Amino acid sequence: MNFTHKRTTVAFATAAIAVGALAGCSTSDGGENASGSADAPGGTYTWWDPYPQHTEGSDWQNRVQACGDEAGVTIERTAYDTTALTNQLLLSAQEGTSPDVVLLDNPAVSTLAETGAITSMDELGFDTSNIDENLLAAGVVDGTAYGIPIGANTLALYYNAEILDAAGVDPSTITDWDSLNAALEAIDAAGSRAITFAGIGTEEGSFQFLPWFWGAGADLTELNSPEAVEAVQLWVDWLDNGWAPQSAIQNSQNTAWEEFLDGQTGFVENGTWQVNSAAEAGFETGYITLPAKDGGAAPAPTGGEFVMAPVQSDTARYDVTSQIVECMTTPEGFVETANTFAYYIPPTADGQEAFLEEHPELSVWVDAVRAAKGRTSDNLGTDYPLISEQLWTAVQAAMSGAMSAQDAMDAAQDAAVAATGE
Amino acid sequence: MTTTELDAVSTTEDQAPTPRTRRSWQRTIHGSPWTAIAFAAPLVIYLVAFYAYPLMRSVDLSVHDYNIRAFVQGDAEFVGLANYVDVITSDLFQPALWNTFLFVGVSILFQYGIGLALAVFFRNNFRLSGVLRALFLVPWLLPLIVSASTWAWMMNSDSGIVNAFLLAVGMDPINWLTSPDWSLTAVIIANIWLGIPFNLVILYSGLQNIPGDVYEAASLDGAGAWKTFWRITFPLLRPVSAITILLGLVYTLKVVDIIWIMTKGGPANSSLILSVWSYREAFGTGQPAFSPASAIGNLLILIALVFGLIYVRLQSREEH
Repeated sequence: MNFTHKRTTVAFATAAIAVGALAGCSTSDGGENASGSADAPGGTYTWWDPYPQHTEGSDWQNRVQACGDEAGVTIERTAYDTTALTNQLLLSAQEGTSPDVVLLDNPAVSTLAETGAITSMDELGFDTSNIDENLLAAGVVDGTAYGIPIGANTLALYYNAEILDAAGVDPSTITDWDSLNAALEAIDAAGSRAITFAGIGTEEGSFQFLPWFWGAGADLTELNSPEAVEAVQLWVDWLDNGWAPQSAIQNSQNTAWEEFLDGQTGFVENGTWQVNSAAEAGFETGYITLPAKDGGAAPAPTGGEFVMAPVQSDTARYDVTSQIVECMTTPEGFVETANTFAYYIPPTADGQEAFLEEHPELSVWVDAVRAAKGRTSDNLGTDYPLISEQLWTAVQAAMSGAMSAQDAMDAAQDAAVAATGE
Repeated sequence: MTTTELDAVSTTEDQAPTPRTRRSWQRTIHGSPWTAIAFAAPLVIYLVAFYAYPLMRSVDLSVHDYNIRAFVQGDAEFVGLANYVDVITSDLFQPALWNTFLFVGVSILFQYGIGLALAVFFRNNFRLSGVLRALFLVPWLLPLIVSASTWAWMMNSDSGIVNAFLLAVGMDPINWLTSPDWSLTAVIIANIWLGIPFNLVILYSGLQNIPGDVYEAASLDGAGAWKTFWRITFPLLRPVSAITILLGLVYTLKVVDIIWIMTKGGPANSSLILSVWSYREAFGTGQPAFSPASAIGNLLILIALVFGLIYVRLQSREEH
């Protein structure tokens, strides 16, 4: 009897520890390492990027390899999805097995730079003065640049021309929130769904909300300002009026795009990276820039990746690393990247000019990127992710009817202040 | 299985120092304590590497202030129980705890109830009962990402099949995943569906161990189906039921994936349970906060521990 008792105790303890191991989420695998820091130049250099969709043999893979060939080394490329990449980078930095080159989504750059695990561009000998300031801003911490954007994208408002025609809406008349709302009302009255967007409770939700937030004149340091509340109310009203679907609260940008491709929706807020997909849709599409509240283009957040060089114990490796980064950031390099990915706008004036010579029809996108604003700029840096979390939570709370827009944003502001310790 | 080995090992070690064993050791190498250690080593190494170390690391993370800089540099400041205090005094703690309680309690109640009903139903073999039983295992076989995404589609407010059905029978559609009043219910329903096969399988095998002559005797005494269930099946199944419920509890406490895929704990934290909160702190935002995350994780272990002790207590009382 005693024996059984003991056995159940052990059985139970094992089970409890198993929960702990799973819920405690402490350590994780070190991931693909292989920096093999003893290698002399001419060896293998590791490269991580967030493009798992570009597999072995893709144009992108070949482009990366070509940069390695130019520097006389082999590049070993590993692709992760964006969130996994940030976690892998943190773990590898802790283990001292960072890759030589990494491409990382721009809002994560300052977070990584803060850890001291990234080599500054000064140290690598790069001059970043010719990069558009609004695009470089996300990679600057305390005046030092830790990466170079390899391209930029942003958000725009796509429309289904057939639905707009049927409702008698002319997209060129949409220049501010009032004219947008009037258009949405007309589409709704004509029996179609007016608009969809991504209000998901992650960074994507904040990314989609920011053009309206900034377009109202609000500032991320004051989430409960009247302007900010007005922006939240805009989205809440779209839902309450039935202009936007309930599912917008949980939509990711991809889901919102798929809803739009279904052909039942007038407008969708989505990224410049969907241009090809829009051209292939089963109906005629078009796009306009996101309107600010009182007219003009709203500052949309910049998207896109930075190229960075994590700190290595063997500093002799930086020479080749610099050559690889250089290969990615010359004007020709930018244009080539822009062509490899669909519509990734070069971040320098030279690059943009060269790009426009090849694709004059895309000047709207170049303008949009020039007007765009980095999420971590305004000196927010590593505070941005903390504020952003409160922002998407509040927007979701207001849209789902859990709180009024004002209460939700008041709570968000309190929480953001507490989190950033100001 | 592991537990029996453990016991066997500890018994050998206990005996090692006694003179009788030492004599036998001189006769043959089989009694050597080193042999015992060598046999135990793989298990001990396994336990240390995969259970003790992660647990220790989790505690270590939770008593330090690991921001990402400290995580990389390895120079986190020791803060004692500050992370636990922060977590417990957080505005999110009470709702998350209550949601966890509801999520686990309601899930287990229905999983066990439906699982038991099905197990009793399948006890009487009938044509196609094997096929039907196999079909009930489907939720178990599907990858979670598939079943959770499918539930999310079905419960979509605008184009989901559940709302289409509600409309067809003349009821108002429900915003399953986007209303703070319903999101917890939605994830509980999906979780119940997932947990039924587990309960069915264990309870069904428990039923196989109840001797048929007990039922025969009961029927001779004129007991009806209802009486047979309450007087024979249910009491004789009690030990199996207890372990089923304990395991279900442990499994349900640590559920992250299904909620993360369906609602991410939202909207407005209405479907946030402790495990999801822990995951979100660590991996769900742009600013990983490992210390509070592991503090929440360790609190979950404590909760599981309490229920485990209650179970052990009930077991021993039953045996005496």
